[in-house]
Amino acid sequence: MPDRPVRVTVTSPRTGAVRRPGGPQVLRAVDEQDVVGDLLLRSLVRAQLLLALRLSAAFVVVLGGLPLLFALAPASRDVQVLGLALPWLVLGVLVYPVLWSGGWLYVRLAERHERDFVDLVQRG
Amino acid sequence: MTRSFDIAAVVVVVVLTLGIGSYGLRLARTTTDFLVASRGVSPLWNASAISGEYLSAASFLGIAGLVLAYGADMLWYPVGFVAGYVVLLLFVAAPLRRSGAFTVPDFAEARLGSPLVRRLASLLVVGIGWLYLVPQLQGAGLTLRAVIDVPVWVGAVVVTVVVTVNVVGGGMRAATFVQAFQYWLKLTAITVPAVFLLLAWQGDGAPDLAGPAGPVFRVATTLHLNDPVTVVVPEQVAVTSDGRPEVLEPGPRRLEARTVVFPAGAAVPQVQGIERATGDRWARPLSGAGGREHPLYATYALVLGIFLGTLGLPHVLVRFYTNPDGAAARRTTLVVLLLLGTFYLLPALYGALGRLYAPELLLTGNTDAVVLTLPAAMIGGTFGALLQALLVAGAFAAFLSTSSGLLVSTAGVLVRDVLSGTVRDFRRATLVAAVVPLLLALLATGLSVGQVVGLAFAVAASTFCPLLVLGIWWRGLTGPGAAAGLIVGGGLSVTAVLATLTGVVDHGWPAVLLAQPAAWTVPTAFAVMIVGSLLTRRQVPAGVARTMLTMHAPEALGLTGRPFTRDRSSP
Repeated sequence: MPDRPVRVTVTSPRTGAVRRPGGPQVLRAVDEQDVVGDLLLRSLVRAQLLLALRLSAAFVVVLGGLPLLFALAPASRDVQVLGLALPWLVLGVLVYPVLWSGGWLYVRLAERHERDFVDLVQRG
Repeated sequence: MTRSFDIAAVVVVVVLTLGIGSYGLRLARTTTDFLVASRGVSPLWNASAISGEYLSAASFLGIAGLVLAYGADMLWYPVGFVAGYVVLLLFVAAPLRRSGAFTVPDFAEARLGSPLVRRLASLLVVGIGWLYLVPQLQGAGLTLRAVIDVPVWVGAVVVTVVVTVNVVGGGMRAATFVQAFQYWLKLTAITVPAVFLLLAWQGDGAPDLAGPAGPVFRVATTLHLNDPVTVVVPEQVAVTSDGRPEVLEPGPRRLEARTVVFPAGAAVPQVQGIERATGDRWARPLSGAGGREHPLYATYALVLGIFLGTLGLPHVLVRFYTNPDGAAARRTTLVVLLLLGTFYLLPALYGALGRLYAPELLLTGNTDAVVLTLPAAMIGGTFGALLQALLVAGAFAAFLSTSSGLLVSTAGVLVRDVLSGTVRDFRRATLVAAVVPLLLALLATGLSVGQVVGLAFAVAASTFCPLLVLGIWWRGLTGPGAAAGLIVGGGLSVTAVLATLTGVVDHGWPAVLLAQPAAWTVPTAFAVMIVGSLLTRRQVPAGVARTMLTMHAPEALGLTGRPFTRDRSSP
């Protein structure tokens, strides 16, 4: 409905409130994707991707290292811990809390990146 | 009596599923309601539903069967099933939710603006969905045959009908409630019997699960063979075949009798394809127990396929659209990791106990039945029958929940890309989506549940994983590049699947490479997508910066009012 006027509410500006200069401009810069806004978004995406890649690398070393350990040090296949063979203890039990902790760490850090981004954009 | 318990268990699960489904029906009004439950499902509900939908026949029955047959290396299956969600969390969960796309084809079209990629993605969703549905239906058939002795088609038809009625009736909203309930049912059904089985094992003097010998019959065992089976006899044994005494000489041999009685202490002849292994070898990783060739490569390729395939499974992805926002999508995934990790502590235990108490499954080759067999073998009586009925209920919950998830997502793609997008058409699409895999399941028999599911993962990993990861994180992805990657990755992995299922190549490196294709098809698909996109650099979509903003900017900024969806039904 392009020819109907858009209804807006007019209120007085909150001149008494504390305002930091720059906030709305930065928000608009991100929304309209001028050079500054695009740069900000790229930095967020890069930070999130690096975080994901770092954590994946850690998982690749820890989980991916297990078959290699079993292959290169065959004695490790037969070590008994708490009445269980080491491979069964690690693959059957220990691996799950490790995976969950990695996920938890990721959520914490990724949300921190996003909070920083929001602060940056809204406060300028 | 055992039989009536089992029938009662199936009936109760079916009635509860349909009952909870009809509760959801009253809440479903628009196409959006049908497809993604209006995106208003809380993290715990949603995580229970995701886990309920994800724990399929492969998890409930397949893992234990694989562990029984092939030993320690099979522990990687459940590890991969959980780690796949970590990969999903790291690379896909929040941005995909923020994109607002309902399905991978929606995502592909909005991100790349290419109808060709959309069509390829639709084809793959339907293909992967059907490839994954077939083993669910066959698992249902085998389960009902094992416990109440009805023909295989009965179970497949029962599951198809219940799931279709449920999805046609209530769509995703119904599915959310049903599947959340089914996670908790499955967890209970696998945990409670496990406790009593462990007590029974203790009471039996806690015999070594990985003793030095190969599998032996602990007690005199009567086998009822539905079909003739070719086995390898390890040592001479005097048996009774159909009432007549017979001596089995060592070596390969075809058993044609209907009933064979083995004496206590006899070494178990094993079906061809599962080699006899000593306990030490079975318990040791990378030992190639059961006759697996090149176990180090197979382990890495399997793990890679499952890690990267999870995020490409259509029924897993569609679930993330039911989160209210990106942050909730992450939190939900964390809860999912917890719920799945808890469940996966147990299936391997059944496999290990089965080697001791149900070794006859190694003779029939029906190792997928080990979870259902143990209560009768170890406990027996009315209590054993009750535990078995509980496991049957859990197994049926697994078939029903995974099948309805797959059905919702394949039907969702059919309705959006083939039909015209109204509620009535969604119902018709569901019928089409359900009948095809039922026919496939009835025609193609004799495939191992775990194996087929592994192949579905490999196809998903070789197609949707590169499409989603590159599409979310790399601005340079182009329509032609993505299309080339989907065609090459999909073509290679589907060829490998067909070669494995038909058994064209059956030994040596070629067979291993085809049975576990992910290690070479996934990198190839990534490479083709990247190179193809670099070659067609001018075709990077004009709106890519806006798309990246939609996917990555936190909701708190209030910018994400431009989702990808083509939601035609809401105002």
